[in-house]
Order: sequence, then C-alpha cells, then structure tokens
Amino acid sequence: MHTHIFENYEPNDKSSLIPLLQEVQSVYGYLPESALQEVADFVGMPLSRVYGVATFYNQFRLAPLGENIIRVCRGTACHVKNSANILLALENALNIKAGGTTRDRKFTIEVVNCIGACSIAPVMTVNDEYYGRITVKDIPNIVKKYSKAPKPKEVSITPEVGLV
Amino acid sequence: MKSFIEKCCDECWHSLDKPCDLFVRCCTEGPLCHHDKACVEKFAFLNKQLKNIEHDLPIIFIGMGTCGLASGALKVEEAIKAELVKLNINAIIQPTGCIGYCAREVIVDVKFPGQDRISYCEVTPKIVPKLIQRVFVEKGIFKEKLLGTFGKGTPEIPNINEIPFFRHQLKVVLENCGVIDPTSIDAYIANGGFKALDKVLRLMKPNEVIKEITDSGLRGRGGAGFPTGKKWEFAYKQKTDVKYMVCNADEGDPGAFMDRSVLESDPFRVVEGILIAAYSIGASHGYIYCRAEYPLAIVRLQNTIELCKKYGLLGENILNSGFNFELKIKKGAGAFVCGEETALIASIEGKRGMPKPRPPFPAVAGLWGKPTVINNVETMANIAYIINNGAEKYASVGTASSKGTKVFALSGNIKNTGLVEVPMGTTLNDVIFKIGGGIPDDKKFKAVQIGGPSGGCLPTSVLSTEVDYESLKQVGAMMGSGGFVVMDEETCMVDVAKYFLTFIQNESCGKCVPCREGTKRMLEIIERIPKSYRNTKNKLDELQRFKGVVHLQRLGDVIRDTSLCGLGQSAANPVLSGLRYFRDEYETHLYERRCPSHVCKELLTYSIDNTICTGCGVCTKKCSSDAIIGEKAQAHYIIEDKCTRCGMCIESCRFDAITAI
Repeated sequence: MHTHIFENYEPNDKSSLIPLLQEVQSVYGYLPESALQEVADFVGMPLSRVYGVATFYNQFRLAPLGENIIRVCRGTACHVKNSANILLALENALNIKAGGTTRDRKFTIEVVNCIGACSIAPVMTVNDEYYGRITVKDIPNIVKKYSKAPKPKEVSITPEVGLV
Repeated sequence: MKSFIEKCCDECWHSLDKPCDLFVRCCTEGPLCHHDKACVEKFAFLNKQLKNIEHDLPIIFIGMGTCGLASGALKVEEAIKAELVKLNINAIIQPTGCIGYCAREVIVDVKFPGQDRISYCEVTPKIVPKLIQRVFVEKGIFKEKLLGTFGKGTPEIPNINEIPFFRHQLKVVLENCGVIDPTSIDAYIANGGFKALDKVLRLMKPNEVIKEITDSGLRGRGGAGFPTGKKWEFAYKQKTDVKYMVCNADEGDPGAFMDRSVLESDPFRVVEGILIAAYSIGASHGYIYCRAEYPLAIVRLQNTIELCKKYGLLGENILNSGFNFELKIKKGAGAFVCGEETALIASIEGKRGMPKPRPPFPAVAGLWGKPTVINNVETMANIAYIINNGAEKYASVGTASSKGTKVFALSGNIKNTGLVEVPMGTTLNDVIFKIGGGIPDDKKFKAVQIGGPSGGCLPTSVLSTEVDYESLKQVGAMMGSGGFVVMDEETCMVDVAKYFLTFIQNESCGKCVPCREGTKRMLEIIERIPKSYRNTKNKLDELQRFKGVVHLQRLGDVIRDTSLCGLGQSAANPVLSGLRYFRDEYETHLYERRCPSHVCKELLTYSIDNTICTGCGVCTKKCSSDAIIGEKAQAHYIIEDKCTRCGMCIESCRFDAITAI
C-alpha cells in the first residue's frame, strides 16, 4: 500500500527519513510498525533510531486514529480566550481525553500548539475545516455534524481561480 | 501575451536554455533587445492588466489567507458566484492573501474598470446578495460594511490607509499582502518584484550586497536580533565547495502568525530574499523549513518554486549570471525547538531536532558540516526593499539600534486583531490603543505578552516602552518572532505563567538537564500556587507551596544561565517577568487563597442564583461529578464538596445564573 512512496526517494539518504515518515502517515493515518521497519531499511538506519525520530516529533503517532480528527488549538491567544474550556467540553462530550480516540473510532482529539489563526481565537479544526471564535455552546453542534455524516471528502484549501 | 514568459515576437529570447540577463527589467520596461512599437504596447498593456489598472470586467478580490478561510471565505466566494450567475453579471473573482485586518474578515474588494478599488469587510454569505445588489446593480457603495478605498479618499469613503487600523502602520514587508494575487509570478513582477534580484545579479558583487545589508542595520526578525549582514559575512568568508541557505519558517511561537501570512500572501518576496542571500554568501542549495501546521503556506510555496523554475529564476544560470541555486521545501513535524538554528539543522538532516552547543556557529559549520545561513521569513521579506531603496532609506526608520519595521501579530483580548507592521520605536501604547483599538467590552487592560514563551508579560506601567530589541529586553520581554497577545483584567497571570511553563516543559527536547529538569521543577512550584488543598490531609504538602516560591527566582536564574539553547535560556522569562510586575497577584493566590481574576478554578466557589435559575436541567447533564441537584423547573443547587470546579456548568447555562467567585 505504501511501497510507491519509496520511488521518489534515494535509498540510504538519511535526510529523507522525516519526509518518508510523513508520507507513510498520510497513507495510514499513523505509523505501523511494519512500515517503520521498511523505512528504516530503506534509509539505512537502525529501527531504534527511526523510532527515536518518530517519537520525538509531535506530528507522528504510532496508534491508529479516528475517522474525524479534531484539533484544538492551545496557543497563547486561544488560551487567553479560554480554549481550556473548549477542550474540556470536547473531552466531556466525547468521553475521551486529549490524544485519545473514541471507541467507535469516529473521533480523535488532538491538541496543537498553534494553528496560526490567533486573530479568530479560540480555534479548532475538524479534519481540514476551521472553526473560529467558538464557544463551549457550539461544541455539541459541531460534534453532531460529524458523528452523523460519513467522513467528508478532504476539503482542499487551495482556492480556485475562476471566471463566472 | 498573457504572461511574461511568452515571447512578444520572434526576436525575443528569454528561455531556460538561453536565459536573458535583462529579463526582469524587460518585463516592466520592455522589450529592451529590439525596438518594435507593437511589442512595447504589448508589454505595457500586460503590465497594466497585471496591476489591475486596465481590465474589461469588474474584479472581485477575496481575502483567502488562513484567517479568511477560517472566517468562511470559501462560503462567501460560493455565495458571490451564485449571486453573479443569478443576476447574469460578468466579473472576475480573484483570491488574494491577507491584508492583515483579521478581525474584520472576510474582506472583499470590488474594482470596476476605470474606478478605484473599494474594500468591504465582515462579508458573510447572508449579506452577499445585498452587497452585489448595491454595488453591481445600483452602482453604489455598500456603506454598512465599507472599509475604504485604495484610491483617493473622500469624506464618505476614506482611503484605506487613513482608517485608524492602518494609519499608524508602515508597510514594508506586508506591502503586497492582500493586494496582489499570491499565486501569480507575473503579478509580482509587474508590481516591481524581482527588481532587487535583477540589480544584485547584474550590478552588485556579493560583498557589496553584504555591505548594503550591514549598512541597513537589518537584524534577524526571528527573535534574537543578530545583525543579518554580519551573519552573511561569516558565511561569505568561509571557503568550501558547498554552502547552504536556509529560510526558517518554523513559526512555533504560539500567538505569532506573521510568517504564515507573508508566505500565504506574498511568497515571491520571500523567495527573492532567499535568492539574494544565497547569491551573496555563495550558496548553491537552499531549504525552506516550514511548519506542517501551515498547509496553505506550503501549497503556496510549492507553487512559487515551480513558477520561479519555469521563469528561470531558480535553477541553473539564473538570468545568465552564472549563479545556480536550487530551493527545496522541508516540512517540519511539529517540534517547537526546531525553530532553534542547530535543532533545525538536525531536523533537516533527518535526526531528532536537538540543539548543539555553539560555537561552531552554523555560518561556519552547519548543515552537513558546511557553512549555513539561517534566516527568518520576515528577515528575508525585508531584503528586496533594502536593495531597491538603499540601506540609507531603510536605516532612516527606527531607533538607534533597531532599524526598519517590525510585524506584530495582535491577538488576545484586543478589538482589532490582525497583523500590523510598525516602525521600530513605536510605543507599545500606540500599538495597543491606536492601532489595536484597545480592549473590547470596556474591560481594563492588564498585560501584553510579547515574544511568545521566551518573552514576558508587560503591565501598564511600561507601555511607554518603544518597540526595539534592547528596550524590550530591558523591561523583561523580548522581540521574539512578534507575537503580541493582549490580556484584559480577566486573565490570571499565575495561570499564564503555568500555561507557558507547561508549553516549555512539553517542548523541551530533553538534551540538557537545566531545561529538562529545571522547567519541570518550576512547573511543579507554579502548579502548587493555584491549588485549593481542600481535601489534603497532609499539611506539609500544603506548606510546600511557600517553600517552592522562595526558590523560584533562583531556579529561574540558574536555568537561564546554564541551558544549552535559546529555548531553555529564556524558559524562565514568563515566570520572572510575572514575579517582577505581578507579584501582588502571586501573593493573593498564596496567602489569601483566591484568584482575583476568577480564572484558577480550584480557588473558585460556584453557586447558582436561585432567583435566576429556571431549573432547565442543562447544567446537571453537563456536570461531570453529579454535584448539581434540583427538581425540574425548580432552582438548582451545587454541592460544594462534590464540585470539581470544571466550570462546565457556567458555560452551559443559558440564563447566566451560575457564578464563580
């Protein structure tokens, strides 16, 4: 499933480790052990080193994720605007802790340091959709929207140029 | 002719195999190699078109940076398209970047042929029909949401630069942001882009460029403020086969988003800066290390690099100067410490992003042991302006030690959130109250946090401080990358210190002991302060909080003096600046066991006002510890012993009947 990824990279080039892991993760949503081993063989590094890199960076995860990934921004501006409560409300609504996945694999809550949309704090994203200036009262509606519908197609945020 | 890469006639010959050294000049003044009236007209017409001076159809510009998109720019675009189809109106829809006024997004500009561009703000899909009706059918101005005009202002329609938010700004880096199409290299060239690169490659030697940058007094905008010219000179003097130029776009500071905005709204300017830097130090390879959390910025950068290659501005023999440069994007993987130079290098090399002791500095031995210059995005965006306008003009703005302008990301409890660019030397007061518009809801200003986790919180008493690397350091903050988070009276400074320490603790790479262990101990001390100790039987535990605070200052000093990299060295700043300016707040927490801002939950007491409570029962469902009781349609009560003080009941109450004191 992920073997095509290797075609774009030179073997034994250690600098391609992080991009490779990123691509593997974009295929599976996480880093399966078997894939880690393959990446390690490809870049010519021991598995332990690859594991070291994979656990160092926040982006990589070693367990599968839910269908919908909710990212709650915990940057300074969001903190000042009470994002801690947003996170708490989400955790209560889904009955999981930040970093966890619901039992039905529908939702995963992640905490990110800053999405860079501080001007519309507090912010959270579900999959690739942004929700700015949210309050705790908005949480049930947002959760409901995604728990019913099947996973929406990834929304591309490249704007189209068009003539009407 | 629709783009500059097309030839005006058979005599013209800029191509990748046979680059023309006058290509950039030719685009705006051309053609230069032959005299043909028809060709001159073609070029002039294309330039006018790209500058949106001459067009047949009305143009609708929509601000589509991340903040615009998050405010619903895509839905607004759809609504506009639908409305135009419905009314059978022809118009061009052109997405632009972010003009900086994020509080008033979505911003939509309309320009009719031969008229000035007029900007509207806070556009929602709901008001789109009204806007289109008023502007396109009745040919009037939609006054309700008018922002300003790009042309000459009148009493009714102010010039956009005359409205309070923009009046005190000086735009150098953000000049093109939100104005031009960030996906079009032609638009950038027509608006004076790549002129600096052209000048450098044709007329200047590397050491002359470095001298110009040194004379301009430009200092690194990433935070530490190292003179850029000096850094280049170190790398220039190294004699090796390969050198690297790296642009640091790993904007990890929570609360800073200027690099994202510049990359999304004017990516060509950054690439031009990188090219000039690479030429001066003699680098042949370069990287842009961009956060993975900025997907749109990465898309824009990829597009920029592709177009630059197509136009022969990246690759081999750039503009026939013999200068070769290859630029690649490296996506970060979410580690704050990777904003530090040596950690960033480790990350590009595919290792854990851990810093190394300096010296050797990266300018001597960096990426793969070769001389490497690492500059921040905003620094790079300044380069073209300096080359075009001269060091003297650049240095005429600013204070004695800090020249030019600085972009700040205003956020938090302030009316006009967004990106602002002010000349160095502007006072904090002006930024917060004149540009930022002050605090919303008539609340009182308490502090401004400058410089992210490495900076500090500044109170009212030092607001007359000028924006300048040294003066900010003196008052206990630092320039940082430019995060500017305003806090009102409802923000607790102990809570803010706890927040930053948690952040630092999570992001510490763990290599050096002072940072790894010191910040952990510091966090423990701070965490004890807002604890209630209601159910603690061990009195010793309760007394520990006093002991900890006694050591706080010394611990902070030791961490600062002994940590390996900037992250640790500045880790204690949020706490130390808090102790310096808000000691009374710490003391109220410690001695009186209460939080004056009603933020620290453990110290609060929750109660329901039984005259307001309708007994709807929403709070009982939200309460995670079953601490709320009451009959339906009767006033409810909170059992204090059971209450975990999560605050969910307050948030869920529709009648504001619950208070926390």
